[in-house]
Amino acid sequence: MSKSHKDSPLLQVKDLHVYFDTIEGTAKVLNGVFLTIKKSEAVSLVGETGCGKSVTAKTIIGLLPVPPARIVKGEVLFEGKNLLKMNEDELWKIRGRKISMIFQNPMTALNPIFTVGAQLKDVVKWAGKRKVGLREYFRGGTEEKEIEEKILKMLEQVRLPSDVIDKYPSQLSGGMRQRVLIAMALINNPELVIADEPGTALDVTIQDQILNLLKERIQSMKISVLYITHNLGVARELSQRIYVMYAGNVIETAPTKKLFKSPSHPYTIGLLEAVPKLTGEMEKGIPGRVPDYKNPPTGCRFHPRCNFAMPICKKKFPEPVEIETEHWICCHLFK
Amino acid sequence: MSRAVLEAGISESTLKYKLEDLRRAWYRFKKNKLSIAGLSIILFVVFMAIAAPYISPYPEDAGAVVKFEQAYQPPSWEHLFGTDEAGRDVLSRVIFGARYSLTLAFVVLTIAVCIGVPLGLIAGLYKGLISDIIMRVTDVFLALPSIVLALAVTVVLSPSLINVMWAMAFGWWPWYTRLVYGEALSVKQEDFVEAAKLLGASKIRIAFKEILPNCISPIIVKITLDMGFVILAGAGLSFLGLGAQPPTPDWGTMMSEGRSHLPTIWWPTVFPGLAVCFTVLGFNLLGDGLRDVLDVEVT
Amino acid sequence: MTESLVEVRNLKKYFPITAGILRRKVGDVKAVDGVSFNIRTGETFALVGESGSGKTTTGKTILRLYRPTDGKIIFDGEEISQLKDRQLKKFRRVMQMVYQDPISSLNPRKRVKDILLEPLIIHKIGTPSERYSAVKKILEIVQLGEDYLYRYPHELSGGEKQRVAIGRALILNPKFIVLDEPTSSLDVSVQAKIIHFIKELQKKFKLTYLFISHNLSLVKNISNYVGVMYLGKLIEMGPTNELYRKPLHPYTQALLSAIPVVSDEEEKMKPRKTPIKGEIPNPANPPPGCRFQTRCPFKKEICEKVTPEMIEVRKTYFVSCHLIS
Repeated sequence: MSKSHKDSPLLQVKDLHVYFDTIEGTAKVLNGVFLTIKKSEAVSLVGETGCGKSVTAKTIIGLLPVPPARIVKGEVLFEGKNLLKMNEDELWKIRGRKISMIFQNPMTALNPIFTVGAQLKDVVKWAGKRKVGLREYFRGGTEEKEIEEKILKMLEQVRLPSDVIDKYPSQLSGGMRQRVLIAMALINNPELVIADEPGTALDVTIQDQILNLLKERIQSMKISVLYITHNLGVARELSQRIYVMYAGNVIETAPTKKLFKSPSHPYTIGLLEAVPKLTGEMEKGIPGRVPDYKNPPTGCRFHPRCNFAMPICKKKFPEPVEIETEHWICCHLFK
Repeated sequence: MSRAVLEAGISESTLKYKLEDLRRAWYRFKKNKLSIAGLSIILFVVFMAIAAPYISPYPEDAGAVVKFEQAYQPPSWEHLFGTDEAGRDVLSRVIFGARYSLTLAFVVLTIAVCIGVPLGLIAGLYKGLISDIIMRVTDVFLALPSIVLALAVTVVLSPSLINVMWAMAFGWWPWYTRLVYGEALSVKQEDFVEAAKLLGASKIRIAFKEILPNCISPIIVKITLDMGFVILAGAGLSFLGLGAQPPTPDWGTMMSEGRSHLPTIWWPTVFPGLAVCFTVLGFNLLGDGLRDVLDVEVT
Repeated sequence: MTESLVEVRNLKKYFPITAGILRRKVGDVKAVDGVSFNIRTGETFALVGESGSGKTTTGKTILRLYRPTDGKIIFDGEEISQLKDRQLKKFRRVMQMVYQDPISSLNPRKRVKDILLEPLIIHKIGTPSERYSAVKKILEIVQLGEDYLYRYPHELSGGEKQRVAIGRALILNPKFIVLDEPTSSLDVSVQAKIIHFIKELQKKFKLTYLFISHNLSLVKNISNYVGVMYLGKLIEMGPTNELYRKPLHPYTQALLSAIPVVSDEEEKMKPRKTPIKGEIPNPANPPPGCRFQTRCPFKKEICEKVTPEMIEVRKTYFVSCHLIS
């Protein structure tokens, strides 16, 4: 575990409930998510499609479309302050500056009509500023030199050649675009970076390069990271702590080594067994289907698919229990 | 189970599911009040056209009747929409006018679709010289404003409703070609088209069973919206004297006849004009509603 | 010894690049550039590689969805490389494909019943009632209930859609199926079910598979034989266990070392980390000599000039690399 300077965590998500109102009913997507990230810690949020990990990330950074989304309960504490209760001005100062995001698809996350340099400049100049007056917008000049140097330095750190500044995204390969996205996220020295499925849209060897780069940059800048991924192997390589999500709940969390050594929740175990391994093992996976959020199972949402379900699983949601140091689980099998 | 019974059973089940689909689509359609309004308007206009002789107060006024002594009567209880310069009841003529407008729209679009859709399909599927030729010819027609085209055609031929129909169909088909061409091009790229080829399906089979069904939604929406525009354009041409000739109770013609007496004797012009607006509005609302329903179906 | 169901000899598939109004040819994308291998009856041959490697094009060319630019394809003893569409129709019954994206591989306007009936109608097999029974049987085989018959693809989950796609491929009783990344768009738990299912089908119906994937852990679990492709060429191929235990080509080593694994055990099985720099070159403009030379950490002078030949290092194990000669 990394040693943090202060004991207070950088980010704390507590009992987050987010619902989506649709024509066909209300989808109770997040059902009490909890998450803690310390300073300079790399954490992964792992889960399959539809488990709510993207919604969680978007809620943290404030990009949730409200309506149709609705934050029903819970807190997102960043440096002690609740992001959900902040006004727009304060939120803007944090988003883009203190918390930044690396988006999933490098092909679509960059604006095709602006050069890379222009987009990076935008991030440096305007991140965190909600209202920019006309005069301020056109001023430029004095800080230009500093900004350019900052950009060049960042490009070097993500191993992109400096001539990329004048190129358009369509002229770059997937890997290079991903590096630009990383540069944009890191250039303002954030405290927390949220990386949404980093590298999944890329080839294996390129993904490897990108993930190594991310790891290296984050360690040297001492930033905290929240990786959102469905790939347990990637989570294992990148993070010190893993949160496993299922159907809107965090069902298990532990330091990486402990999680892979002693996975305890039936879902985690099922998931790990289903991953194809180089040893030639690959189990049959978990029977059943992901629940309908408009009508989710009562109590523990996994119980319809669980081989160890007990009557209490249907009645009551299992609150988190610490089964070994820093290894928490939400399951009635462990009390 | 005997073969006949089994086959009957299959088609019966499919019918049951098709009805279920329709029911679901109708439920979605119903939700939008404006679409219902549009549908009601159109049904009303169609009813007017069909039942014209039975519901108009003076059905004989739709023809070549002259009652000068009753000319230019303002709207009253006997003549709800007043009378025109020949003493004919405007309301009855407006009701009969629905026949001409709807027929015009139906004929023009049938011709346009029968020419335009196959051409677009061929152009989309056979890349190369054929596709180029078809699309360039289409471009030429699209470059000419359809009104000008219609004007030109009717000048060459004598002005009449039938010739206006031909002229407008001439100007309308290229839009369908272009629409279908674009749709066919994008559907062609989908894996299921290649899968059909892999199964051994012939090109024709693929065109009609795989590609065309996926192009239909925008075609249906366009046809519905176009009904309104054709009626509008047709009324315009008749207004210019190129379409139905007097004494035909076509809405555009009626507006033209009454024009010189505006604004004092407004009713022979305004009521047919309102009828055109009303009908076009109905088709637009219906078209929009259909578009929303059909789009959702696929997602 | 089982004979080869599929033999591929020096297969080439180039796609012309055209420019200008008159569409004159200015070059070629050499998607597949001289590939040779055999697939034995009953085995699962995996073709792995990254984007631009040509693996999907190879699979599709073998199925004659494309006409080879050069080279031979011999299926079950018959040469099909230059056959015309009409002559190919009979082969359509014995070779099929399952696509990567289940959403685009099923016609959204067709019900499951019609999707499955289509192959039988095209090949005029059976009476309508016999076809209906066959469709019901296939649904049983792919483990979907009869109520799925009348559903539309958008009403099914990803895994269910893929089962329908597999059912469509199976209904004609083929001998050979190309599976193009059949589970990459599915979640891990669904993927596991589908892969187990595909394996069972192979045993039950004695199928031969060409499994195309970029997921090397998955490939280890499903294939007996692996071929690694890079920019249109096969650079290494051999029995799965041997290739994974001791990969010879630097690219294979890099690929295997980049796999994210979930246990220390697997970590030890990976070759030493050999990070490769640079991007994958454009297939329209491949590097001279060995295709991999621009990124190879062990490049020699000869690699820049001469394309290495495919050498049989031992029985059924082939590599093409100047380091191994």
